[in-house]
Amino acid sequence: MNDAVDVALRLLIVFAVFLTFPLIVGQTEHKVMAHMQGRLGPMYAGGFHGWAQLVADGVKFAQKEDVVPAGADRRIFQLAPAVALLPYLLVLLAVPIGPGEGAVGQVLDAGIFFVLAVMGVGVLGSLMAGWASANKFSLLGGLRTAAQLLAYELPMLLAAASVAMAAGTVSLTGILDAFHWWWLPWQIVGAIVFFVAGLAELQRPPFDMPVADSEIIFGAYTEYTGLRFALFLLAEYAGIIVLCGLTTVLFLGGWHGPWGADGLGWVWTLLKAAVLAFVVIWLRVTYPRLREDQLQKLSWTLLVPLSLAQIALTGIVKVVIS
Amino acid sequence: MTLAAAQHGFLSPTGVEIAFLLVGLATFGAALVTVTTRQLVHAALWLVVTLGGLAVEYLLLTAEFIAWVQVLIYVGSVVVLLLFGLMLTRAPIGRSPDADSGNRWAALAVAVASAAALVWVVVDAFRTTWIDLDGAAAGTTKVTGESLFQNWVLPFEALSVLLLAALVGAIVLSRKAKADAATAAQAREPRGEQAAEEGAR
Repeated sequence: MNDAVDVALRLLIVFAVFLTFPLIVGQTEHKVMAHMQGRLGPMYAGGFHGWAQLVADGVKFAQKEDVVPAGADRRIFQLAPAVALLPYLLVLLAVPIGPGEGAVGQVLDAGIFFVLAVMGVGVLGSLMAGWASANKFSLLGGLRTAAQLLAYELPMLLAAASVAMAAGTVSLTGILDAFHWWWLPWQIVGAIVFFVAGLAELQRPPFDMPVADSEIIFGAYTEYTGLRFALFLLAEYAGIIVLCGLTTVLFLGGWHGPWGADGLGWVWTLLKAAVLAFVVIWLRVTYPRLREDQLQKLSWTLLVPLSLAQIALTGIVKVVIS
Repeated sequence: MTLAAAQHGFLSPTGVEIAFLLVGLATFGAALVTVTTRQLVHAALWLVVTLGGLAVEYLLLTAEFIAWVQVLIYVGSVVVLLLFGLMLTRAPIGRSPDADSGNRWAALAVAVASAAALVWVVVDAFRTTWIDLDGAAAGTTKVTGESLFQNWVLPFEALSVLLLAALVGAIVLSRKAKADAATAAQAREPRGEQAAEEGAR
């Protein structure tokens, strides 16, 4: 196939995934949360069990007026949603969903570093929004976002480093090629640390102190309306996709499955990611919000030591079997 | 060396070289704005552009691993820490009248001197070395790791010890400040009670 067409096709597919999958997760969240709380959730939009609810929401957001507060720093206020959203689009490019080079947007030599580095950039968007809104609640939200990122970036990196040590490579496709089923029990602590730290980085409940709506009124996003607010929401759900995809690839073996890994590997990837996305929603319904000091304590006194222990275990096993 | 230089004219305009120059110019511009802007938070955000531009330069030099580490450490952590500090202390929207230093000429002299030294070292070390973009990448993680752990182990270990010492030092300093504050609070308390009693009388 022509190179340019190939690149264009890959970009198009990644972009389509980026636009549709977050909506699917959002709709699932509506319905799953509703049924867990003994409600029905959206039932009217689109007819069949309210499947078009988020499309309707999008139309609503697009119609709303785009307000910039008078005291705000205009340009940074307007730029922030893009800074929050684009990193997740870039990360999706590097996540392999099937075996071989055909099933990944772009094969990267240092894939783990790329995804973790670019995911960290997304937080700058929240920081910019929090500061530029000229609002005390927003500033508090921005501060909490930064504190949370600084606390949870470390265990996330250490857990990812453990997998990289096990596979002997930092390329995401390379890690999947090296995967065996017994990595699952071997790396399970790292997997949990990675997933929890990722949840915290996305500010999903129970780690949603930076956006605590009942307390600081959605933090950094207080002043946002219309499409720009919708972009922040989209960033959150794209973040869920990215986190679930990465956990699948790093710890759950991605396209490896009991059978059919050659032709239907991408089904396994999507299935595992979907189960993880369900867990994300489940956690939101189950646990109350952690307080700021509890958040910091969880990271520094539990997750960091656990991830260090995982690295030690990985190193010992690696030396023993080689 | 002269042969290599004859093959590649100085700044022969291939696409990568043009991109390298343009990104370099943008990075330099962003760095200038970083130090000249009167708005503190804007300076930090321009620093993001500068550091990101440097990462792109590393990428163009095929050093992919270094580029992503640059983004991870500098853009993702150092600037976030910087912004955190700014927001926690003072970060007014608009110009800060005191965001200028009387030392700016001395700072400029130091900056120019260190830039000259760095450029001199790099030019002297590499002169007419050209990166072969068509062959295997010269800056892959594997190559970087091998050179780091075969040729540069001692500096690497020395740096890690230095960082560990800095870490321990930071913990000691923060604990000392805490202890001082505690003793100061204890010293203040009785006086406070006395003052309260006097006030009551």
